[in-house]
Amino acid sequence: MSRTASALVAGERDVRADFPILGERTSRGKRLVYLDSAATSQKPTVVIDAIERYYREYNANIHRGVYEIAARATDAFEEARAKVARFLNAAESAEIIWTRNATEAINLVAWSWGGANLHEGDVILVSELEHHSNLVPWQLLAERSGSRLRFIPVNDRGELQLDTLDALLEGCKLVAIAHVSNTLGTILPIAEVVARAHAAGAIVLVDGAQAAPHMPVDVRALDADFYVLSAHKMLGPTGIGVLYGKRALLDAMPPFLSGGDMIRSVSYERSTFNELPWKFEAGTSNIADAIAFGSAIDYLEGYGMENIRAHERALLAYAFEGLGALEERGLAIYGPHDPERSSGVISMNFADIHAHDLASILDTEGICIRAGHHCTMPLMGRLDLAATARASFYLYNDRSDVDALITGLEKAAAIFRLS
Amino acid sequence: MDDFYRDFILDHYRNPRNFGHLPEPDAVAEDRNPLCGDEMRVEIAVDESGNVSDIRFSGKGCAISQASASMLLEQARGKSLEHLLALGKESVLENVGIDISPTRMKCAMLGLSVLKSAALAGLAKAESE
Repeated sequence: MSRTASALVAGERDVRADFPILGERTSRGKRLVYLDSAATSQKPTVVIDAIERYYREYNANIHRGVYEIAARATDAFEEARAKVARFLNAAESAEIIWTRNATEAINLVAWSWGGANLHEGDVILVSELEHHSNLVPWQLLAERSGSRLRFIPVNDRGELQLDTLDALLEGCKLVAIAHVSNTLGTILPIAEVVARAHAAGAIVLVDGAQAAPHMPVDVRALDADFYVLSAHKMLGPTGIGVLYGKRALLDAMPPFLSGGDMIRSVSYERSTFNELPWKFEAGTSNIADAIAFGSAIDYLEGYGMENIRAHERALLAYAFEGLGALEERGLAIYGPHDPERSSGVISMNFADIHAHDLASILDTEGICIRAGHHCTMPLMGRLDLAATARASFYLYNDRSDVDALITGLEKAAAIFRLS
Repeated sequence: MDDFYRDFILDHYRNPRNFGHLPEPDAVAEDRNPLCGDEMRVEIAVDESGNVSDIRFSGKGCAISQASASMLLEQARGKSLEHLLALGKESVLENVGIDISPTRMKCAMLGLSVLKSAALAGLAKAESE
């Protein structure tokens, strides 16, 4: 697993060979051009093998068995947690809570921290570009607690406008904000938002679902109070995600889900609760997938997140250059349109071809992109868009994928008789 | 799927028939495809004998949903509301004349679904009057 920056950037090593699905062909015999990693990433062999190895060799419940395979399962499960802690530069493993995904992690904070801390008249501040998963839980919390939602505006390029932030922060207890926009790829200035939020007495939850897979994340450097992510967007399995929280906050929070594993002692009348992180992990956890997520982190760190970011930045620059030729035929690209300020996401529309039709035509060429509102209906309304076609990159994509995308768009132009 | 986008489909997409609004519709229905956010609204005017005297649709969507609706509405004029309510998937599929992939079937059926909702609303209104 010792791979250098140049290997990834220069494509000397065949990254694709590590991902079995990328060797598959579509029913039309086309090579799979996978450009939908913002929806979910593909899985390398090491991750698939880790799942199989657990079930074949040491499947046992954790934190209770005294026998050898139970101890091995517990060790592997907790080792994966320690890997996540290191990956995010958390102060300790106990600050890493396993959830099903980023959405569940946000809901955990909304119910537990929000239930205890938000009251009538308090303000929850979110941005205009949030995924529904970082909006709807706060709408419901606002209804339950009598608090109010406010929004940090974005401009037409989907960039956060911070000139009114201090006014918006008045009366605010919690800021919930994406690190990277899933729809536009915009990288948000989290450190600045956190510093100003803290100065105003608010805490900050960062939705890192689209950032953690693609760039180095240091939760202590960001000074984020909560940071959430989904394993399946970063080479790991579905059904496992993470809530990072500062210990002082997590310690003070009441339990979210309750049951086994999260208790210290139980009588018929009452219970006392386990210490962190298990206080928030009721019931048998998703053991296999947590362990396999640990393998995904090993794999990512084998390349280095800085190198993965550099690879995607270069690919984005190459794509913007190639797509530029189609702009005179009506191709519109949304977002910052700048590899320095964008993660590997390109959101676009092509003349009067609806995004769904574009996706269908590309599909016939084996090209997988996403079409629609990307679970950001308010942002789409703000930008006056009904739908966009979104291509998103990861470390296994290379220039041939971008070339295929451009050829596919040319085919769509021909089918729709664009001049 | 790329065979879908033939000239007459693109023509209905770019120049949808019966597109717009009626001044005084007797029945209206709206729906959206939650997958893609496409929206469609159908407005119907009914004559004394309960047949469609005028009809419009509006909204935004892909070529499949817009062309399917445009072609279907052309055939709705003059028909009874009961007739519209009895329409099945095949009425759309015969118009487009080609298999629609399962992932796009909802797009193709959006117009049919809203048309039938409007017909139902028209019948309910007629009953209550």
